[in-house]
Amino acid sequence: MAAASAGLGGMTSICNKLKHVTVFTSTIICHALKRRISICIGRPQSQPQTKKKSVSQGMVGVVGLEIHAQINSLSKLFSAAEVRFLAPPNSLVSFFDASLPGTLPVLNKRCVEAAVMTGLALNCSINRKSLFDRKHYFYADMPAGYQITQQRLPIAVDGKLTYSYLGGHKRNQMVTKCVHIKQIQLEQDSGKSLHDEPHNQTLIDLNRAGVGLMEIVMEPEMSCGEEAAAAVRELQLILQTLGTCRGNMAEGQLRVDANVSVHMPGEPLGIRTEVKNINSARFLARAIDYEIQRQKELLEQGGAVQNETRAFDQKTSTTVPMRDKEDFQDYRFMPEPNLPPLRVYDSVSVPAGLDPSQLVLVDELQACLPELPSVRRDRLVQTYSILPEHSFTLVNDDKLLDYFESVVKSTKAAPTKVIGWVMKELVGLLNQQNLEISQSPVSPHTLAELLDLLEAGHISSSAAKHVFQELWKSPGKSAEQIVQEQDLGLLSDPAQLRSICQTVVDTHPEQVRAIKQGNQKVLNKLMGEVQKDTKGRANPVQLRAILQEMVST
Amino acid sequence: MFSNTVRRSLSYTTFYLRPIGHQRNAWLTSMADQSVQRYNSNDTNHVHHSKIPPSPTWQPVKMTQPTQVPGEVVDKLERLALVDFQNQEGVECLEKAIQFADQLHSVDSAGVEPMDSVLYDRSMYLRKDSINEGECAEALLQLSNHVVDEYFVAPPGNIPLVKNEER
Repeated sequence: MAAASAGLGGMTSICNKLKHVTVFTSTIICHALKRRISICIGRPQSQPQTKKKSVSQGMVGVVGLEIHAQINSLSKLFSAAEVRFLAPPNSLVSFFDASLPGTLPVLNKRCVEAAVMTGLALNCSINRKSLFDRKHYFYADMPAGYQITQQRLPIAVDGKLTYSYLGGHKRNQMVTKCVHIKQIQLEQDSGKSLHDEPHNQTLIDLNRAGVGLMEIVMEPEMSCGEEAAAAVRELQLILQTLGTCRGNMAEGQLRVDANVSVHMPGEPLGIRTEVKNINSARFLARAIDYEIQRQKELLEQGGAVQNETRAFDQKTSTTVPMRDKEDFQDYRFMPEPNLPPLRVYDSVSVPAGLDPSQLVLVDELQACLPELPSVRRDRLVQTYSILPEHSFTLVNDDKLLDYFESVVKSTKAAPTKVIGWVMKELVGLLNQQNLEISQSPVSPHTLAELLDLLEAGHISSSAAKHVFQELWKSPGKSAEQIVQEQDLGLLSDPAQLRSICQTVVDTHPEQVRAIKQGNQKVLNKLMGEVQKDTKGRANPVQLRAILQEMVST
Repeated sequence: MFSNTVRRSLSYTTFYLRPIGHQRNAWLTSMADQSVQRYNSNDTNHVHHSKIPPSPTWQPVKMTQPTQVPGEVVDKLERLALVDFQNQEGVECLEKAIQFADQLHSVDSAGVEPMDSVLYDRSMYLRKDSINEGECAEALLQLSNHVVDEYFVAPPGNIPLVKNEER
């Protein structure tokens, strides 16, 4: 239920500003979207940094995450109403979702399979029997007055997630860490509340009420926002690979609550706060780092951390206390009396006579799991001898990976060369112009041709870069055409090269003297001069040989 | 799991908790004449095969004083549950309800594994993931006496605490 209010923050405050509720439906949505989009565009990092350290000296942050992942299914967890984002209010609501008397929950098999697959991908053990409980809340967006969840015996327990990020002083070292997964539980999502404060009322949309969620609980084993963000990104990628959750944080399909505390290493954990309303991995990192710093400063000033729920304010990049929940909430957990135990099986141990449509087979789901991101990265590193960090970039974007692989297939250039071009030239230009890989004006085939020209020694690498820029500007042309049109072919005629070199040597007597005195590095300077004259077309191997010969005589 | 004894005594409990009139009806229609006679003969030396014990196995619970619910807890309950106890009488009614439920605490359940559901030995039925409900906003909204557009309208979530003295 932590999930319930997340993602609503933006909408809520907009509602407050609206005078007429009648224009709500469409306005709210587009306002909310506009706001999200504007938020996504870069915002300078502003983190409170304090220099004074005494009480908080040596203290470290401790971060645990609770992640609510909306299950990617056609219908809801316990009802056959549709799951869809941005539908007209209350159009995707069954009588059960509105908790009309006499309705009963009927569990969606797809949701069980999704939770089992996710559990397996996160190295969990799958409980062959799990139970459902009621967790009570008094919120109008949960009309039954309780959420059906799995508190006592969840479907999956004891897993782990391995994640990596670029760390170290220069942020160029791959750091790999592991966090334990305490449990994965199936539960219902809540509806959405729009607070209309001028009219002192709350508008309720139950479209989201009853959508299946997997709550993934990570142990407090992370130490900063960057680690938490990396773990969430890896989880997001795994869920998307499995297809069990679409993982779009902006649409609330993946919502993260962070439990944050600080302590001295080796001592018991400090009092924690829970930070909610975080809807991107970047904000997650910022919210956590702010909260760790805030707690350290609070202790520094002799204060004490309150066990409270805080919300992340995107405008100020700070966390603020949330109004409700001023003291300990009693959820009055009780077993869900309408649902017998959920059982899943292994093919060898299925009791005879069970209807096959009722079977969820753990071993079969395990056998059908797709290639997971970590395995795919290892495979790429092995197959193409590329750097691990490049494998991360490729696996983060399926289309980029496709692009890379189709270039590799159709060029004679080595994959290690191809990856350089893809990561530096291609991704560089894409990012610069804010384009998707599918919008690249240079097709994989064209890039492959260009690399073949380079590989065959027809053009120099600096000329190749120039050709690439030209191809970008004039889509549809081939690399060959551009080389011919602009006369960019490699200069390999010894006589021609000699005459150019002679001119350069004659006009740079000081450099020549330096080389003669033993400073070989200056040779590069002369080579650069020649390349300037030839627009980078001189064959570098020949060029070096000729220059060396000239200066040594 | 339950020992047989515990299971049996639980079923007695259920039986005795039924209203008296209902109990008599059930008795007359479902019990074999023989056991009725044996029970009526009140002869405890005979091994009787009825599941009904010859005499009540429970003892009346001594009613304690009604639980006092302090004003701030009443405020909190009203705010959380969005209910209004209205006056002192309403609060007394709440206190009596708590007292009634408190009787359950006197049951000795040591060593008994709780039974969550009468369906504990069944398995959950699993439904195919298909859409055949919803699209009934109009029917649902008709049930609510306050709607705005296609939204249900609820009281604001955070209602200010009512001052004690105002009651």
